[in-house]
Amino acid sequence: MAGSTPASPTAEAAHGRKPVSTSPWAEAWRRFKRHRLALASLWLLALLSLVVLLGPLVYKVGINDIDFTARMKGPSATHPLGTDDLGRDLLARMLYGGRISLAVGFAAMLTGILIGIIVGAIAGISRGWIDTVLMWVTDLFLSLPTLPVLLLLIFFFRDALKSVFGPEVGIFLLIVLVIGGLSWMPVARLVRAQFFSLREKEFVEAARALGASVPRQVVRHILPNALGPVIVAATINIAAAIIAESTLSFLGLGFPPDIPTWGRILNDSRDYLDIATHWAVFPGLAIFIAVLTINFIGDGLRDALDPRRVL
Amino acid sequence: MGTYILRRLLIAVPSLLGISVVLFTVLALAPGDPFEELATNPNVPPEVRMALRASLGLDDPVWQRYIHWLTSMLKGEWGFSFVSRLDVDTLILQRLPVTIAVIGLSQLLALLIALPVGILAAVKPYSWFDRIASTLSFIGFSLPTFFTGLLFILFFSIYLDWFPFVFQGEVAATGFDWWVVQFKQAIMPIMVLGLFQAASWMRYVRSSVLDVVRLDYVTTARSKGLKERMVILKHVVRNALIPVVTLVALQVPGIFGGAIVTEQIFRIPGIGSLLIDSILRNDTPVIMAVTFVFACLVVLFNLIADLLYGWLDPRISYR
Repeated sequence: MAGSTPASPTAEAAHGRKPVSTSPWAEAWRRFKRHRLALASLWLLALLSLVVLLGPLVYKVGINDIDFTARMKGPSATHPLGTDDLGRDLLARMLYGGRISLAVGFAAMLTGILIGIIVGAIAGISRGWIDTVLMWVTDLFLSLPTLPVLLLLIFFFRDALKSVFGPEVGIFLLIVLVIGGLSWMPVARLVRAQFFSLREKEFVEAARALGASVPRQVVRHILPNALGPVIVAATINIAAAIIAESTLSFLGLGFPPDIPTWGRILNDSRDYLDIATHWAVFPGLAIFIAVLTINFIGDGLRDALDPRRVL
Repeated sequence: MGTYILRRLLIAVPSLLGISVVLFTVLALAPGDPFEELATNPNVPPEVRMALRASLGLDDPVWQRYIHWLTSMLKGEWGFSFVSRLDVDTLILQRLPVTIAVIGLSQLLALLIALPVGILAAVKPYSWFDRIASTLSFIGFSLPTFFTGLLFILFFSIYLDWFPFVFQGEVAATGFDWWVVQFKQAIMPIMVLGLFQAASWMRYVRSSVLDVVRLDYVTTARSKGLKERMVILKHVVRNALIPVVTLVALQVPGIFGGAIVTEQIFRIPGIGSLLIDSILRNDTPVIMAVTFVFACLVVLFNLIADLLYGWLDPRISYR
């Protein structure tokens, strides 16, 4: 991406109303489209997100409507995805849970990427002892047993945050911060490595010679060019965060029982596997589809944004 | 080699210390006072409570408390489980072997699948075999272990009724039968963990072998008349494995996470399920100790990865 030449404005004007765009992003999109599975995944994920976002507006069945006459019924006309042990409608619960699962994935990714970029950028631009210390911390976090520490943090801070922000927002914040705070390390390493090579490039040297301050060099010149691999890592991080949240909920330590995330529904269904198979299969499939499509999109983005690759 | 191992061990010490600092910080920052109950009890005057705090060292500066905590951890005084009334270390030693066995065997299985499949896929890139293997691996590492575990139970235990889905800690049978029972109850957790790891490792092996196959020394090996089999096994694979080991070492914490989940699904009495149980029952000493044991295991496995690294790449080990 760093080496692509932007088309001159006059060349674009010569083509009349439909200029041939060769901006890096258009080029990346062209490459991305070649990865058919990734493109299909993008549409599927967009569809899934739309259904989860708009579904509850159309499908107006309460997530806590208890109906003991319809306990653990399979899919039917009244309950498209069946019901659970209290006769609650699974489709409504999964639509609601999908919002939370996807929101946690996205927010935790943003947190992790932000920390990663800041740490990596500071280490990459300052070098010396600051770099050494920051990388030591990064390596330390990399060797932490992630899931036990996640569980530990949630165990200790659950009640405090619940009392400050209320059960829903408090747990959401806690889970997002904790998952994000334990997933920034690969990004930090990536950004640092990119900074090491980019800061010696001619265009940065030119900026430096023109008197650009260090923050300006970083924000205007180095960071935009280091973004490609970071975007790929970000995509993979969304999938990892969704899995992490589902794992926590599955272990019964994520959101409280009355908030049905996909992992939580799966956890509730465990004891009725033999009589209510649909109850476990649908949320499991939802997690699987979300994670699989995101992973494929990440693969496509890697093809599209990796400057070493010539397609 | 001896000095190399010693040096690596010494490098592991600061990272263990660092982890202990992180864990202690979490513990120290955590809200909640162990004397909360006494504070609301009218029979206990505040002076007594303060004296108790002072005698237990709760009013000492943080660094003193950390050193105190660390020395008692090092001496093996890990405290006393609130729930089961046992010393934490005996509790952990009871549970550890099952966890290690399940993790070890599943990683072995993952290796046995990932290596041949990854190499074959890379030798003929974009062939049918490669496409199928790559797609399957994508599906494999997108399926979270808790869902595969449930699907396995559904299919193998409930539908086919081949394996039990509850793991027994004490097996009554002896001799050959003992092995049969153990095999039957351990096969599903090992498969769940192993297949998940195999799926992601296969991709590493494939891309790493692809990188190496194009190098000049491989062409040289071929042109001097070596059989293709020899070229791949002796020349390509060994070098291709070096980056794979690095990536695998980075994934070690994730493997332990998967193990905790699997233990919970199949109700294996390992330290993962001990951790979950003690969290659900607010058994703080056990939680701290198990987390620390997991941290030690991660460092240990990273150490093993480092040693493998040295064996694969002699330039590193004898420097």
